[in-house]
Amino acid sequence: MAQFDLRNVDRRVIFTLIFVAVAWPLIQPMRLPMDVTPPVQQLYDSVEAVPPGSIVMLAGDYSPDTMPELQPMVVAFVRHAFRRDLRIVTTSLWADSPPLIEAAMTPLAEEFGKSYGTDFVNLGYMAGGTVTLLGMGASIPNTFPQDYHQTPVRDIPLMREVENFDDIALVMNISSGTPGTREWVQQVQSRYRVRLASGTTAVAAPPFYPYVQSGQLVGLLGGLKGAAEYEGLVGATGDATRGMDAQSIVHALIVFFILLGNVVYLMERRARPTGAARPARAPEVSP
Amino acid sequence: MRREIPLAITFLVGMFMLVDFFVPHTRVSAVGEEMKQWGTIVIAASILLGIGNLIRVHSKKIARRNTGWGYSIVCLTVMSVMLWFGLWPGERLGPSPLVGTIAQGSYFNWMYMYMDVPLQSTMFSLLAFFIASAAYRAFRLRSPEASLLLIAAIIVMLGRVPLGQLMTKGLPEKATLPWLTEAIMTYPNMAAFRGILIGAALGVMATGLRIILGIERSYLGGEK
Repeated sequence: MAQFDLRNVDRRVIFTLIFVAVAWPLIQPMRLPMDVTPPVQQLYDSVEAVPPGSIVMLAGDYSPDTMPELQPMVVAFVRHAFRRDLRIVTTSLWADSPPLIEAAMTPLAEEFGKSYGTDFVNLGYMAGGTVTLLGMGASIPNTFPQDYHQTPVRDIPLMREVENFDDIALVMNISSGTPGTREWVQQVQSRYRVRLASGTTAVAAPPFYPYVQSGQLVGLLGGLKGAAEYEGLVGATGDATRGMDAQSIVHALIVFFILLGNVVYLMERRARPTGAARPARAPEVSP
Repeated sequence: MRREIPLAITFLVGMFMLVDFFVPHTRVSAVGEEMKQWGTIVIAASILLGIGNLIRVHSKKIARRNTGWGYSIVCLTVMSVMLWFGLWPGERLGPSPLVGTIAQGSYFNWMYMYMDVPLQSTMFSLLAFFIASAAYRAFRLRSPEASLLLIAAIIVMLGRVPLGQLMTKGLPEKATLPWLTEAIMTYPNMAAFRGILIGAALGVMATGLRIILGIERSYLGGEK
């Protein structure tokens, strides 16, 4: 009878298990309980502290590949802002972002009865990265002369109240790379003293913890977990909350794989006679 | 002169931007703002160069029938179609708002939302499968450092999901996975990243000064 060799598990077996681990909780939600971490609570409190009627900025610097993690953050932030009667100006340093932001905002605007041009505006994409950020510090209408729909910005009622960052109560940057949160902290927060919060992918979040501790970020959403916690605080279950069950199972499965791989490795090492040559390594990781 | 003029421009612009940062005078700020607008225009123009380069590289590949030249045809075709639907002046085609606009409901937006978005998301989602496979094959307790990394990784992976919270429910708070995760992120992780950030910032400052003073000239090309 053929034996199952743990040293060389066919990657298709691993892929199948991962697929099941992702799909099953999405089909059959488990609704696992979840606590709120301090950086997420700080972000929520910061938005709550902004007086109704103020203008906040949603800076979306992400692309479709990171949408599963970041789009729920956009939705939760917009919902939170609209619910508090905050007005939203969106900008982007990534060409991919404006349609994604528009797709998130349009249904929420209808739900809350908000009008384009008076309650929210999408300024779209502007090339330039850090140079654009510095330009916005001097004049946002000069840096974004037209909005996403090619309307002159000076003709938009909401934008008549916005000249530069002095008119923005809080900036929420949703970032999946460069230019992103790092540039916003270095070029905008440190220079113009803007209240800045960030939402990033889980893998990008660790470098931003120093900024949270120093107060340069007033809050941080890290990955799907951060988004799910924020959804919980805002009181609207969304894609992030639904995805957390799947992420739980997949993380547990990956930990299981790591432990199993190490058990096999240690058994192999123990079984090897002292001074014996190392066995030829299995073909290197080719996922 | 081919080198001296760019070096002089770099020096003057670099020094002026430093002055602009530290001197809050309106005239200095006005000139600084104008220069930032130029910067945005120059960077936007570089996108055109990028498109030109893409066309050149793929056209060559197709002409020479290099490996994968079929994909080059796909690349250029898709780019042309997207450009056409995004840029073509809609008025010439009558009252149709579906062409020459990127707004919701347009053909461009439809192709972006229902073709580009799923394709990019699919590519990124493959990462979960690769990570699982790589973790099984490569994450080994080969040294004390690797063991430390592995233990921290397991704590953070479980502590960042509700399942980890459930697994250690009932234990004292400081023994729960979410608390340990937050501790790892807040202390060792933050200390390490702060060190990296400070080091990188000093490096950026040094490189910036070298460029402004004309010591670092590799950006001019041809010479080290």
